[in-house]
Parts: sequence; C-alpha cells; structure tokens
Amino acid sequence: MVSGIKLENVHKSFGGNEVIKGIDLEIEPGEFVVLVGPSGCGKSTLLNMIAGLETLGSGHIHIGGNIVDDIPPRDRDIAMVFQSYALYPTKTVRENITFGMQTRRIPKDLQKSAVEEFSTLLQIHAYLDRKPGQLSGGQRQRVAMGRALVRKPEVFLFDEPLSNLDAKLRIEMRTEIKKLHQRLGKTIVYVTHDQIEAMTLASRIAVMDNGHVRQFADPTTIYEHPVDLFVAGFMGSPPMNMLPGCLRRPDGRPVVEAPAGGGADALHFPLPDRLAARLDQPDGHQVVLGLRPETIFRAGSELPGEDRFTLNRPVSVVEPTGPDTMIVFEIGETELIARVRPEDAAEPGTPFEFEVDMAKAKLFDAKTGLHL
Amino acid sequence: MKERRISGIVQRRGPRHVLMRGLLFAILLLFCAYYLVPLVVMISTSLKSLAEIREGSLLSLPQTLDFSAWTKAWSAACVGVRCDGLAPYVWNSVLMTVPAVAISTFLGALNGYALTKWRFPGADWIFALVLFGAFIPFQVVLLPMARTLGFLGLAGTVPGLILVHSVYGLAFTTLFFRNFFIGVSNGIVQAAMVDGAGFFGIFFRVVLPMSIPAIVVTVIWQFTQIWNDFLFGVAFTIGDSNPVTVALNNVVNTSTGVKQYNVDMAAAIIAGLPTLAVYVIAGAYFVRGLSAGAIKG
Amino acid sequence: MQSGSRLSARLERRLPQLVVSPLFAVSLFFVYGFILWTAYISFTKSGVMPNYTFDGLAQYQRLWNTPRWYVAIRNLFVFTALFISISLAIGILLAVLLDQRVRIEGVIRTIYLYPMALSFIVTGTVWKWILNPGLGIERLVRQAGFENFTFDWLVNPDYAIYTVVMAAVWQSSGYAMALFLAGLRSVDDEVLKAAAIDGAGPWRTYTGIVLPMLRPVFLSTVIILAHLAIKSFDLVIALTGGGPGYATDMPATFMYAFAFQRSELGVAAASATMMLMTVVAIIVPYLYSELRKTAG
Repeated sequence: MVSGIKLENVHKSFGGNEVIKGIDLEIEPGEFVVLVGPSGCGKSTLLNMIAGLETLGSGHIHIGGNIVDDIPPRDRDIAMVFQSYALYPTKTVRENITFGMQTRRIPKDLQKSAVEEFSTLLQIHAYLDRKPGQLSGGQRQRVAMGRALVRKPEVFLFDEPLSNLDAKLRIEMRTEIKKLHQRLGKTIVYVTHDQIEAMTLASRIAVMDNGHVRQFADPTTIYEHPVDLFVAGFMGSPPMNMLPGCLRRPDGRPVVEAPAGGGADALHFPLPDRLAARLDQPDGHQVVLGLRPETIFRAGSELPGEDRFTLNRPVSVVEPTGPDTMIVFEIGETELIARVRPEDAAEPGTPFEFEVDMAKAKLFDAKTGLHL
Repeated sequence: MKERRISGIVQRRGPRHVLMRGLLFAILLLFCAYYLVPLVVMISTSLKSLAEIREGSLLSLPQTLDFSAWTKAWSAACVGVRCDGLAPYVWNSVLMTVPAVAISTFLGALNGYALTKWRFPGADWIFALVLFGAFIPFQVVLLPMARTLGFLGLAGTVPGLILVHSVYGLAFTTLFFRNFFIGVSNGIVQAAMVDGAGFFGIFFRVVLPMSIPAIVVTVIWQFTQIWNDFLFGVAFTIGDSNPVTVALNNVVNTSTGVKQYNVDMAAAIIAGLPTLAVYVIAGAYFVRGLSAGAIKG
Repeated sequence: MQSGSRLSARLERRLPQLVVSPLFAVSLFFVYGFILWTAYISFTKSGVMPNYTFDGLAQYQRLWNTPRWYVAIRNLFVFTALFISISLAIGILLAVLLDQRVRIEGVIRTIYLYPMALSFIVTGTVWKWILNPGLGIERLVRQAGFENFTFDWLVNPDYAIYTVVMAAVWQSSGYAMALFLAGLRSVDDEVLKAAAIDGAGPWRTYTGIVLPMLRPVFLSTVIILAHLAIKSFDLVIALTGGGPGYATDMPATFMYAFAFQRSELGVAAASATMMLMTVVAIIVPYLYSELRKTAG
C-alpha cells in the first residue's frame, strides 16, 4: 500500500507576500516527483507544507487518500532529508537514526534490527558510534538518508539534499538515491534547483516559477515540449537559444524572419509542416524561435534530413567541454550557442556554416511566452 | 536579536493546545510583572507624600500626584552635610562619563584595528595580556590606584575618575573592536593600501566609517558601565566630586532625620534614568553589547 | 633626503606597533604592575601606611584568622550558588518560552532585560524599600489579612544574604535569558524540523536535542554570572551595607572595609589577592578556550 499525494488549490502567504499562488498537483503512489525552479519560486515552501513543517494558507493536502491539513508531521507517515542534513550534533550516528523510533516507542530489538539493515545498505555501520561532527559531508548525507529510511515511511521528502556536496559525490549520491527508489518503490518528492538532477531522477518533473507550477510532466516531455519560454529556458544546459523574430509567409509557407544584423539580409527560418499546419497567427506576429544547442551543428556533419536550414555566420567564441565544443555566434543582437563535435570547431572570427534541424525547433508567442 | 524564520509547524488544534498556549502566556506575563513591579513601586512611591506612604500600601497608586519628592531629590536632599540635592552629582557623572567613554572608545577602536588588520608578531600575545585586564576584580588595583592618583595630584577629583575609567575601559573596548574587525574582510584594508592609503588614512577614511554599529554598541556599553559604576566612585572621590551613584547611596543611607522614602525613590529614578533611557531608545544595540560581550563579564 | 624618506618608511612599517605600545604600557602598569604591588603588599608588614618590610605569610594568617573573612567566604559561596542556579533556571525557562513564536516577543524581551541597564545601587535602593519590614512586603501581606506574617530577612542576620540573592536575580536573570535566547536562535531551523518529523514534541525537542546543543552557551553564562557574583560589591552596599553587623559581607566589601575604613592595608591586599586567584582559576581556562576558538 503505497501512498500518493494530492495538492488542491494550495496557497501560502508570508506577511502579505504570496509565495504559493494556487497549486494543484496529483502525485501517483510510488512516483519520483522533482520540484524544480529558480530560488524563491516556492518549491521548498511547498515541500515544507507537504511535510507539515509549514502551516497551510488555504487549500487541501491529501496523503494516501487522507486530508492531512491539520495533521502534525509525526503522524503523516513521512520522512525528510534536509539540505544541511540537520543531524543532531550531540547524538551519535546510531542515536540520530533511532531517535524517530524512540519517540514512537518502538521496541528496542526492532530498532536494533532496523539500524542493522540500513547501516549495511548505506555503508555507515563503521561509524555508528561517532558524532556527526566527526564525519565528512558525504558520510553525513548517508546518515541523514539512514534516519529517513529507517522508519520505512510511505513518503520521502528531499529538500536539496545534494547541494552541499562536491560535484563528484553529488553524481554518486544521485545514482544511489535513484537505486533506492527503484528498490523501495515509495513515493518521493524531491526539491532541487539543479535541472540536471531533475532530469536524471524524476519520473515526473514539476517546473515551478513565482509560486506557480508551470509544467508537470515526464522529463522527456518537459525537455522536448516545454509549454512556455520559462520552462524552455530553465531546462537544458546550455539553455535553449531564443531568437526573436516575426512570422512571414513569403510564398504561402510560414517562416520566421530574424534580422541578421550588420546590414546583411534578414534570415528566413522555414517552419516544418507539423508546426506550420497549426499556425493561424497573422503575418508580422512577434514570435520567439527556440533552438536547442544540439540542434545546431556544422553543415554536413550529420546525416541529411528533412527541414534543415543552413546559415553562415562568423564564430565569436569557442568553448570546448570535452565531449562537445560550444560555438557562440550572433544573429542580429542575439547570441546563440551551437553544440558541435570537437573536430568541427573553428577559429574565432572565421566564417562557419551552421545547419539547423528545424524539425526540432520550438515556436513561442513573444508576448504571452506560450508555446505555439 | 534574530527571529525564527519558520512560521510554524502544524500542530494538533484542540483544548490541550489552547491550554498550553494559555499557560505559556500566563508564565510570560507573570515574569513581566516580576520585572516591572519594582519599577512601578519606585515611580509610585516617589509620587506619594510621606503620610500616604505610611498609611497606604506598597502597591497602591498615589492618590494625588505629588512631585515635591522629585524637586527635593534634585535640589534639596542632603548628601552628607551638603543639602542641595543630586543635581551637582549628576553633573559630576556627566563630566566623568562623557570624556571617559569617548577616550576609551576611540583608543579601543584604534587598538582593535591595529591588532587585527596589521597583524604583527606578538599581536595575539599583547591582546591576551590586555584582555585579562577586563576580568580582574578591581579590588586588586584599588590600593595602588589610590596612591597613583595621589601622586598625580588627581586624588578625589573628577579627572582622576576619567583616567581610571579610561584605563580600565580600554580592555573592554579593545575586545569589542577586535571582535568586530575580525569579521571585516582584510581585502578592504589591502585594497586601500594598494590605493596608497597609510595606517591612519585607512583607519579614519575606511575603517571608522564602516564601524558605526560597533561604535554605537561600544559607546552604549561603556556609557552604561561608567555611569553605573560605584566602586571607583566611592573609593577615589570624596564629597563634592562624588558621581551620582555614590551620592544616591549617601542619600538613602543617611542616618540623620526622618526616612524620606519618596525622596529616596525619586533620587534612584534620577540616577537610573540616563541608562534606562539609552536602553529604551537603543535597546537592540544594548542587547548586542551584552551578547557580543559574552566573552566578558 | 633619502635617509629621511627611508626613516619615514620604517616608521610607517612600525606604526601599528607604535600605536599599540601605549595600550601595552598602560596594561603593564595599571593591571600587571598594580597586581604585583598589591600582591607584594600582602606579604609585608603594611598597616595604615604601606610598609615594604617583607613579612612572609603573616597577613594571610591574620586574614584567615578573621571571623569576618569566613562570613564573607561563606556568603560568597551561598550567594554564588543560589544566584547562578536561580538565574540559569529562570533564564532557560524564559528563553525557551519566548522561543515559541510569541508575537509580542520584542516587548517582553525589553521588559525582561531592562534591570540590566540599571546601576546596582538603584536596584539595591528599590529592593531595600520593597523588603523593608515596616512598610514593604511584610505590611502588604499583613494588609491582605495575614496579621502575623513577618518578613524581616533584610534585617535578620541569618537570612539577609538571601535578600541580596533576590535583588541580584531580579537584575541579572534577564541577561541569562538573553544569552540563552541568542543560543536558541543560533540552532539551525532544519534541526527543529527534523525533530518534528522524527515525532518529538516540544519537551523532547528541547531536553533531548536543543538544550544539549547549547552546552557552550551554558558554560559561558555560568562563567559570566560567577564573575558578576565574585565582583558583587555595589548591590551589597546599597541593599544591606554589608549588615546587619557584617552578616552580608562578601570578599569585595570585606576588602573595601579593610582598605578604606579600617586601614589595614596588608589584610586588604591579602584578601584582594585571594579574590584575584579565584577569578583567575575560573576565567583563564575559559578565556584560553574562547581565544583559541576565535583566533583567526
């Protein structure tokens, strides 16, 4: 019996400042949902409200089918891992892990076996009798996980648990958390500002901004079909190129016209049929053309396909990352990034033939920001 | 003082919760009364006539406001053999406190700056040596200090007290400013050095302007300490040069004549008013002084 | 010309030391020099006037043969123990209660702490009036109907020291509250959240997790209060004048009386030295650990 979570029209204000502006979210039992967004978007507040660590402004929260609006955290059958780990500094690792069971008066032998089980799983049995102050960041992280796991709750809440770790350890722990989820099959709500963490971990991602959920979908949908400019710009690294332009139909087929700058002729990006068929906006409508860096490459370096568009621009900056090289170039006032193979790179200042896979292009309304 | 950021963990509502909250406020208010009653008693007694004090109760409020005890305390109460009230002694305290606060604060800032931002070999040792002076029981310096003041011709004078308070305040103020400057980035000093400023240039034009909060805390702390001092005042001054705390004690403990409780209370308020006013106006800084000086008594 | 600028450059380099040296000199003379002088006097024949003839431990023998000194020592212990434990208890209680999201916290805090801004002489004057057997609390209770109630601790040699404790606690317990509240506020919010998730109620959260984390605050508060207690002089003078008789004498008042009223400099110096040793025994280890922590 795994619990799902349902949020119904949840609001929250702090001293007249509304931070959660009406959120509806339905999380299926056993799902791994990541709340992601820039700092201040309300994701941590939302998580705290699910935990009962923050009172509800208005609306309802259901966990496992029950309304928990007025239920204190201890009775919600949840566990939580915090950003600072929040271990009890005066207690040993073992006491940290068993504290939640002690307050619930679980028999000593059950406590003991639970500690055995999870300390082996998390490889922390070697320092069960140490104090948190004597542990490294990664070890503390594991203890914090142990404290959450040991009570076997139905819902796990993670509040940016990896953000205090160094890059290498973060990737390691990320994999470990994913493994744990697969093994335990419990519902997880996970808050992060790191969109790579969101993409790699989530079964579904809720992208939040300014107290709203902008999009709630699986990672592929979020990446491939962002509903608006905010989601498109937030997910992906380097971020999606956003080229402002206007809609034209020179020979009946819609194109996006973007000024090239420097006295050159304007560029006309042809739109693929699938997109063209949907458009009913008039000529001259202001739009933003969204092009992911990996859909721009050196002309001829990929197998030919439909809806390709080539353009010639000088290279401004070259940024090798190892597996790929980023080439920065300009169209009009806008800087764009192309992700090319290292062997396709060129010297700054030299002209470069770019090929754009227009089949993967996104089109947004410049005014509303919504996907067209 | 920092406030908690979390607005509240969800708790079960119900009679138990209401009862606990009620109990909480009852205890908090009880202690408010505990701390406030002496102040109220002091004020109300000072406004009663002697007859009303003898007949009425400690806690009853004055029936008519009688300010004669105040005028008497200010200008006619007998301190020893002199009967012109506390006024001259308040003036002594002002004359003593203002220069002593200014000198000890300024030198404390200068020394704290030199010890933290221009770390030279032995700076930590010097600081530890000086710091110890903030904690000694002053009884141990009373006798030699009395002799030194006599040698300097300052015995029994207000300037003598200024010297004593400046000297023994210096350890506190150096500690305050050292703790403050440790939190100031060395980069600021280094940047000013690159710009060609010297030791004093950096101190007056860069460091002092950014130490306003520390200066306020130190001034308030030193003012409270020096104004409230009794030991140095009673040991090193006689009669006319007494600070107000000593004069108050003399008024209260005079053994001649009828006990005038209303005058005693009015005198106590007059002696306590300056520091109380500073506390009410700048309470936040006062509390910062208290906890910043947690490493001191 | 060149040697002149070289000189000023060297001066500039030495400037920090030059600036600090008066502080150093003042400290050497007025603190360490004076301590040495007092300590030396305590080993001499000094009476009304300093007499630099070495006399071994004679003054200390006289000191420890003075019954009044024993009263002072006993009072110091009674006073310090009660003052510290009651102030701590009140301070912790009030700090924990104020930490429960009390809306008017700022006002209450101001009220709890204002006695700290008053001079001990003012505090002593007020409490002397409140505890006055004729017109104070005693009469208040009698007026309430308890005709036989007596409360004469202020003038009762066996109990007068407790009135000093009462006034001192009134003045300083708010300080203990402020130190503990600052300590409570330095505890990470996430630890409190973790405790709530772990199912700990307020009692368990504070006794099991938060208060044990405040061990350093506990220690420094005890030291600060102990230091206040050992130095307490003003309050005794204002409240009881050391009396009745010398029933409420403390080392600080003892030293003052022997130095300035009875003019027994040798005994006074010996008692001051004893006080210094006590403070050193408490303060130096504390300062050492504090300085090691903040050195940086």
